Amino acid sequence: MARHDTRLTRRDALKGVAGLVLGFYLPGDAAKAQSGAARIFTPDAGAAAFAPNAFVRIGADDRVTVLIKHIEFGQGPFTGLATLVAEELDADWSKVRAEHAPSNPDLYKNLAFGMQGTGGSTAIANSYEQMRKAGATARAMLVEAAAQAWRVPAGEITVERGVLRHARTGRTGRFGQFAQAASHVPVPDNVPLKDAARFRLIGREGAVRRLDSASKANGTAQFTIDIREPDMLTVVVARPSRFGGKVVSFEAGDARAVRGVVDVKEVPSGVAVYAEGMWPALKGRERLRVTWDEAGAEKRSTDEIIEAYRELARKPGTVAGQHGDAEAALARGGRVIEAEYVFPYLAHAPMEPLDGFLHWDGQRALARLGSQLQTGDHQAIAGVLGLSPEQVRLETMLAGGSFGRRAQPTMELAVELAQVAKAIGPGRPVKLVWTREDDIRGGYYRPLFVHRLRGALRDGKIVAWANTAVGQTFLKGSPFEAMIKDGIDPLMVEGARELSYDIADFRCDVHTADVGVPTLWWRSVGHTHTGYAVECFVDELLQAAGQDPVAGRLAMMGKAPRHAGVLRAVADLARWSGPGPFNDRARGVAVVESFGSFIAQIAEVSAGGPEGPRVHRVWCAVDCGVAVNPDVIRAQMEGGIGFGLGHALFAEVELDEGRPVQGNFDTYRSLRIHEMPQVEVAIVRSAETPTGVGEPGVPPIAPAVANAMARLGLPRPRRLPMLRGLAS
Amino acid sequence: MSRHRLAAAAAGAIIVLTGATVQTFSQGTPPAGGGDELRPVSSFAGIADTQSRSLALFQEAGKVLKHPRCVNCHPAGDRPAQGDRMQPHQPVVVRGKDGHGAPGLACATCHGRANFDPARVPGDPHWHLAPISMAWEGKSLGSICNQLKDPRRNGNRDVAAILKHVLTDSLVRWAWDPGPGRTPAPGSNAEFGALLQAWADTGAHCPAP
Amino acid sequence: MAISIKVNGVRHSVDVDGDTPLLWVLRDALGLTGTKFGCGIAQCGACTVFLNGKPLRSCAFPIAALGDGEVTTIEGVNGRTARAVQRAWTARDVPQCGYCQSGQVMSAIALLSEVRRPTDRDIDLAMNGNICRCAAYVRIRAAIKDAARTLEG
Repeated sequence: MARHDTRLTRRDALKGVAGLVLGFYLPGDAAKAQSGAARIFTPDAGAAAFAPNAFVRIGADDRVTVLIKHIEFGQGPFTGLATLVAEELDADWSKVRAEHAPSNPDLYKNLAFGMQGTGGSTAIANSYEQMRKAGATARAMLVEAAAQAWRVPAGEITVERGVLRHARTGRTGRFGQFAQAASHVPVPDNVPLKDAARFRLIGREGAVRRLDSASKANGTAQFTIDIREPDMLTVVVARPSRFGGKVVSFEAGDARAVRGVVDVKEVPSGVAVYAEGMWPALKGRERLRVTWDEAGAEKRSTDEIIEAYRELARKPGTVAGQHGDAEAALARGGRVIEAEYVFPYLAHAPMEPLDGFLHWDGQRALARLGSQLQTGDHQAIAGVLGLSPEQVRLETMLAGGSFGRRAQPTMELAVELAQVAKAIGPGRPVKLVWTREDDIRGGYYRPLFVHRLRGALRDGKIVAWANTAVGQTFLKGSPFEAMIKDGIDPLMVEGARELSYDIADFRCDVHTADVGVPTLWWRSVGHTHTGYAVECFVDELLQAAGQDPVAGRLAMMGKAPRHAGVLRAVADLARWSGPGPFNDRARGVAVVESFGSFIAQIAEVSAGGPEGPRVHRVWCAVDCGVAVNPDVIRAQMEGGIGFGLGHALFAEVELDEGRPVQGNFDTYRSLRIHEMPQVEVAIVRSAETPTGVGEPGVPPIAPAVANAMARLGLPRPRRLPMLRGLAS
Repeated sequence: MSRHRLAAAAAGAIIVLTGATVQTFSQGTPPAGGGDELRPVSSFAGIADTQSRSLALFQEAGKVLKHPRCVNCHPAGDRPAQGDRMQPHQPVVVRGKDGHGAPGLACATCHGRANFDPARVPGDPHWHLAPISMAWEGKSLGSICNQLKDPRRNGNRDVAAILKHVLTDSLVRWAWDPGPGRTPAPGSNAEFGALLQAWADTGAHCPAP
Repeated sequence: MAISIKVNGVRHSVDVDGDTPLLWVLRDALGLTGTKFGCGIAQCGACTVFLNGKPLRSCAFPIAALGDGEVTTIEGVNGRTARAVQRAWTARDVPQCGYCQSGQVMSAIALLSEVRRPTDRDIDLAMNGNICRCAAYVRIRAAIKDAARTLEG
């Protein structure tokens, strides 16, 4: 989801979100974040001897538990936030573990949002100081406890890898020995943080390994779908085949006859089948006969929507960014080039489909799910069940991927979860599970977009640029609506409304179309399409001007030093000597900033065969400020490249008279291991405040591949996915 | 499968009422439309010339041999195809050393002893690829015919053995019971066998390759 | 109906319909939740277990077809190859979200059990049936090679 964009300042974005915060209930008060009081908020605090703040627990066994306010679904916040704490605490990494913090916006809000939630690649960025302070404070209290016990000045005590030491007297002690005593030490204010030169963990190669690797390699990691409770019912919901359909009536006799089916109830989203396990639930659902009212449903097919968008793209839209006079410059002559890019609806399709557990007894409720916007989900569940937020406890589970899908402004999963619990009544724990078909046909897609671009070349230079974008907004009507400014949803044009390139006459405008297909942020949000449109088009213009893709870009990056920095770094890494082709391979370049991180990629591509271009190698340079966990950053670049490439090559959810066509991985094709290029990542050294890496690896890969294809003499794909019609 | 049929399959059986739809929530595909029919052997009786009759009988049987149900797993390369559109098999699977797949991803990793329709996965007790010597993909009917008769390429079978194989082998017979979403081979297994028997009886002549 | 099945060396009697996929028997009846549901149509490999030592997509395998077959899940794998694979997975920090990794690990064990020194092509052919939406493929490949070296050494 979106935190900010190159041109939308963070303050603007936060203002938008801040409007939302007022609408959310904020339990507790700041004092609860202090020593002791925070214990009641965490399951493990009782066992921990020392709980100096909402984030750190230290047991008598020396174990350091870091409570993570962000959901872990692969991007590494468990490891990253624990690294920040352990750094300042001078902890022994082998004693550090992480667990999700409970839902509590007061203690655990994302400082960039004002509510608890994850997105916009903000986990490290907003936690950088907060987690370090939490660790430094705990350290100071342990030192003070040791100083009192040893009757030595606190200033003479050093801490290294979980061991406190007083050199003069030769005394040493472990964290666990002082945990109890430290819990009685007053919480100090403004404990100084380490100078970066003294970091032992942050930015140090190999200093930490991920905290969740072992449990994920041996199957013991617990996801929502793994929850089992006595008397729990598994629930699947029959939903309409078109968006906007509603239940008229249903016949459930055959469904109820399935052994293991316990009940069938209508819920606002469809008809819920409750069963003792997933298989009877699915069999029951197959035997339902539901009459749907689809009078108000979206019934257009993909091609009709695209045609409507293309028509809009020929008319000027609301101006999102401009300087100079692009129309006049285009009219002035020179060589004018035009291109139109079409982007499909995309499903997130996380490996673990949407799911949630809820136990409601009439007075209280326990919800456990892979919640990405905990505050919203918490509120939604309380609202549906008619409870106050204090009567609801929401625990965040590890989730099998999200890519944005679990961050729901409409809280549709939490709402449906609460609705199915409410429909069957209190006392029956429910686990709601979506199938893959439910997921891929369930909407909340990356919106379909059309970008029309026109550019003018004069004397080998790009002198004018005009871009009209057409798509849907998902902020409108959501709690995030305040982010829309002057009629412009910033997420539709981020990355396009102003460029990193110096172009004298520039304009970007946008049309917001009204389509009845629910859409959502999808890993790297607007940059998924603007990155492609901009980086393909600039490359096309440079190619027409006879310029080198790297040198040509650098020449226009006078005001974009960090863009230029990663482009130079990736060119060095790839030993760039032009785009080629060299034998049967060519190289393509793209540079995209998103969420404050700067990424350049070079893709080496051959034409391949009927199954499409073959991407052999990718070089990637990233500048994300201080690199907290270099290996996690590399992993996110590798994964982002694979994720971006797979969708660019294969993925589309088409609509046939409003019905999603693709439904599973046979037709919604995913990148497989043999299609994964070799990847080499360079992390640019930086002292800037850290920014995120979960999303920014995605946008550059598709245009880099397209630009390489153009140098092979193939068409630069104007419509994604590059391989259409293979999957049916 | 056409886009339209795919979509219909996706939505399950749909009956349109006035302004409303009734939908059973099946994730399966509709019954395959039934392949083409095969002409009965008797309908070839009018061809007086024995060789011409033999050729005509084989041409008719060729509707089966060239059908996706058969060709998909008689590939010319290492990789089978799948579906009525004969697309490359996903995931990528290969014949391996014995036609049963590569180490770690054998046919039996996904294909059981019988079709499992809830997962849309077809099956047979010995689901595997035909050996490369029996590749039919991209070949003319004449070439397939010669191949079929050549003991060095047909598993050392004479024509009688071929007929027995065709009529009794469960994987061959699967082509007429491929499960929902896959068009069965034309006619029936018995009709196919009868055509080949009549072809054998008329001298088993092959069309020009 | 009551069906007797042997999983991880232990015999169980489960009372489920014969068309119930092995996956849901493992997860819902036996509580062996390391084996994951990802697609239900044998396309993603998250549900991979061993049947008589060979990999099997448990989502597409009805329990009635099991007979005397012995099932091994991620909870029950052991031995030198399994240890080498799981250590390599951890040392390389292969998992991201981790949801597909039980299946990936099972397929990797199956490959290395048959091919001691797999080539890139061997890895592609064995592992391409396991989808990782996080695309942790670079590390999956590297970890398999690491494990192979461990097993040789």
